[in-house]
Amino acid sequence: MSAKPATQLTAPRPSKLKPAIPSGVLGVLIFIFTEIMFFSGLISAHTIVKSQAAGQMWPPYGQPRLPVGETALNSLALLVSGVVLVFTWFAFKRDPERARIPLLISIALGLVFVGFQGVEWVALLSEGLTMQSSAYGGFFYLIVGSHAIHAVGALIALIWAYDRSSKGRLTSTQLGTVSAFWYFVVLVWPVLYWQVYL
Amino acid sequence: MADTLVEVQKQEIHGQDHEHHDQGFVSKYIFSTDHKIIGMQYMFTGMLMAVIGGYMAYVFRMQLAFPGISVPGFGQVSPGEYNSLITNHGSIMIFWVAMPVLIAAFGNFLIPLMIGADDMVFPRINRLSFQVFFISSVVLLISLFVEGGGFGGAWTSYPPLSANADYNQTQLGASLWLIAVALEFVAFLLGGINFITTLMNSRAPGMKAYDIPMVCWMIVIASILFMLSVGPLLAGAVMLLFDQTLNTGFYDPARGGDPILWQHLFWFFGHPEVYVVLLPAIGITVEVMATFSRKKLFGYKLVLYTAVATGVLSFFVWAHHQFIAGIDPRMANVFTVTTLLISVPIAEMLFVMIATLYGGSITLTTPMLWALSFLAEFLIGGVTGIFLGASGADIYFHDTYFVLAHFHYTFFPIAIIGTFCAFTYWFPKMFGKMMNETLGKIHFWGTIIPFNFIFIPLFVLGMGGQHRRIYNFEHFPEIAGPEYFQLREIATIALLIMLAFQAVFFFNVVMSWWKGEDAGKNPWKANTLEWTTDSPAPHGNWPVEDLPTVYRGPYEYGHPDREEDYWPQNLPG
Ligand code: HEM
Ligand SMILES: [Cu+2]
Repeated sequence: MSAKPATQLTAPRPSKLKPAIPSGVLGVLIFIFTEIMFFSGLISAHTIVKSQAAGQMWPPYGQPRLPVGETALNSLALLVSGVVLVFTWFAFKRDPERARIPLLISIALGLVFVGFQGVEWVALLSEGLTMQSSAYGGFFYLIVGSHAIHAVGALIALIWAYDRSSKGRLTSTQLGTVSAFWYFVVLVWPVLYWQVYL
Repeated sequence: MADTLVEVQKQEIHGQDHEHHDQGFVSKYIFSTDHKIIGMQYMFTGMLMAVIGGYMAYVFRMQLAFPGISVPGFGQVSPGEYNSLITNHGSIMIFWVAMPVLIAAFGNFLIPLMIGADDMVFPRINRLSFQVFFISSVVLLISLFVEGGGFGGAWTSYPPLSANADYNQTQLGASLWLIAVALEFVAFLLGGINFITTLMNSRAPGMKAYDIPMVCWMIVIASILFMLSVGPLLAGAVMLLFDQTLNTGFYDPARGGDPILWQHLFWFFGHPEVYVVLLPAIGITVEVMATFSRKKLFGYKLVLYTAVATGVLSFFVWAHHQFIAGIDPRMANVFTVTTLLISVPIAEMLFVMIATLYGGSITLTTPMLWALSFLAEFLIGGVTGIFLGASGADIYFHDTYFVLAHFHYTFFPIAIIGTFCAFTYWFPKMFGKMMNETLGKIHFWGTIIPFNFIFIPLFVLGMGGQHRRIYNFEHFPEIAGPEYFQLREIATIALLIMLAFQAVFFFNVVMSWWKGEDAGKNPWKANTLEWTTDSPAPHGNWPVEDLPTVYRGPYEYGHPDREEDYWPQNLPG
């Protein structure tokens, strides 16, 4: 075995560890990584099936086109909502009271996005695009639906944060945690839009 | 989703003012948030599932060796039942035994104790994790008894067989199986978040990255691998569930879907998954080896980086399970190379174990015997993997008993040997009593010897070209000559002997728990922090004002400047 001592014989008492990222935020970040992989799985499945479509017809014969333009506009609402949430964060840092209005705007824009997506679905269903009508329809509802579920979940969390802030009990870790999840919902959307709609 | 977030918030508040009041039985043992209790819950549920999985193996091995007999304790096995038994045996052993016991049970029990924390960072998410896991086990068991019987499409659940009830004949069983697996994954996601965050943020003062005991690192790296690989499988599982229940066509080529897609999504998870269970077992083994050879772990950083490298590589080998599924042969070449590459870090870890043992003063306690046998048996599993990884050879070997023997030589050391190793080593800390060594050794030999007699014959059968997943070989005289029957009988009889010896283990646990010798704080004279508190550790692990502080790495055995041959991590000098 080695002759030299591996560590000093007497050491000063070490101090308490300081976490680089607060635990709540770290937990959500890990969760988001898993979610990114989940959506990557959906997207790669979609890409594979699309590339093998009979006669390279995508959408297949007889299936409606997706409303590319309207959805682009709707996506804008979502993106703006994300930007407003960034402002919420800086406002909160200066004065938690001032964060309430931008938080509310962010939530409202998010609700607009989800609402219009719902309207769009109803229209597509009436045009004959269903989960069973083709792999195209299946993937559309699967991918966009997964995103919608996440959006609704994240909105509930934002509303919860708003409720706490109106009682003056919102902490910065809580706001950071909830926001991280909403940023995720906002930022995957352009990728999904590009893959599914374009 | 939102609920989880809300939970996260609550935890944070909870974490700050930890309650330490007296609790009643139900809140103490059933709805506890104490990481040690949750670890035990995972362990006992896992062991119960292992007994069920073992029973299934007994039934179908009887059918294989003695086709058509009425199996005592089961009766005649029909083809459908046979398929369902092998499917659920595999699923149970991997998802309801290896993962919950190695990762969840020992991760929960060990991580806070070994890093000097009073509990996990998110105790309530932890409790939720077990509850979801428990529900998943119940759903799986229910799926065996519904109309049509349990799912029989193999643990890999390939479509179109699994996607369409016209083919598999188990409408309800197939969906329940899938839901159970998905729930189990959710449970491990919740657990994994806890493990990673706790290791990052709750370490004792002074515990730097290289002072963390290796088993904690391994469990956390395994959790990270799991988190990164499970997403695509969950995506695939949702699609499969929709195919089964909503009549979509994701995997149906007639409707524009693609059945091979599932294989990619499954194995993209499935191969990292084997390292998810392997790494904790390696961590346990090196921990035990260092203690009982009174030597420093050889190459701490090397092991750590190797584990990370293995983890990264494991995402690039999945298609070696699909060599004959019609993938592009050029792709098969690439995956052959990555597969052979990944055996290098694995081999390296085994060499590290040997180097740790070399020149040590070895005591052959029961946990040490288990650790040594892990090394010996896993080696065979790893070496045979290299044959399978060569795509040319695999054309012949795929789906034969050779593959089956290969992965049992990896999984058995991991899930069974690794568990017994950890259980016998940490039993004194869990229950405050020593286990009986004589019984422990009888159980050890009674398990290891029959194990080899089960699976070496199966290697031979596989090389003879016998396929797995065949209900009755008498129906296929051209692939099953009569000379092979003897080998099958040897395997089955060895299994019966091995199962019988497990009674010794349960007897030993009960007797030792009841009347064993008191263990004291540190019966093995080990260095890591869990041995500095009482056995069993109290709620909160250490007195609040007296949480440990760390001054050195975990493996300072046989230090030349000290009288004792060990040097606990928490001693200032
Ligand atoms: C040295 C590293 C390893 C190599 C090179 C390797 C290689 C392979 C290959 C090429 C196959 C596919 C054979 C076929 O289906 O034709 C295979 C199957 C398998 N391996 Fe390994 N393996 C290794 C380690 C492990 C470990 C550590 C585990 C488990 C913890 C494991 C578990 C499995 C399982 C479960 C299967 C069969 C899956 C099935 O078809 O049901 N392997 N291995
Ligand atoms: Cu593999």
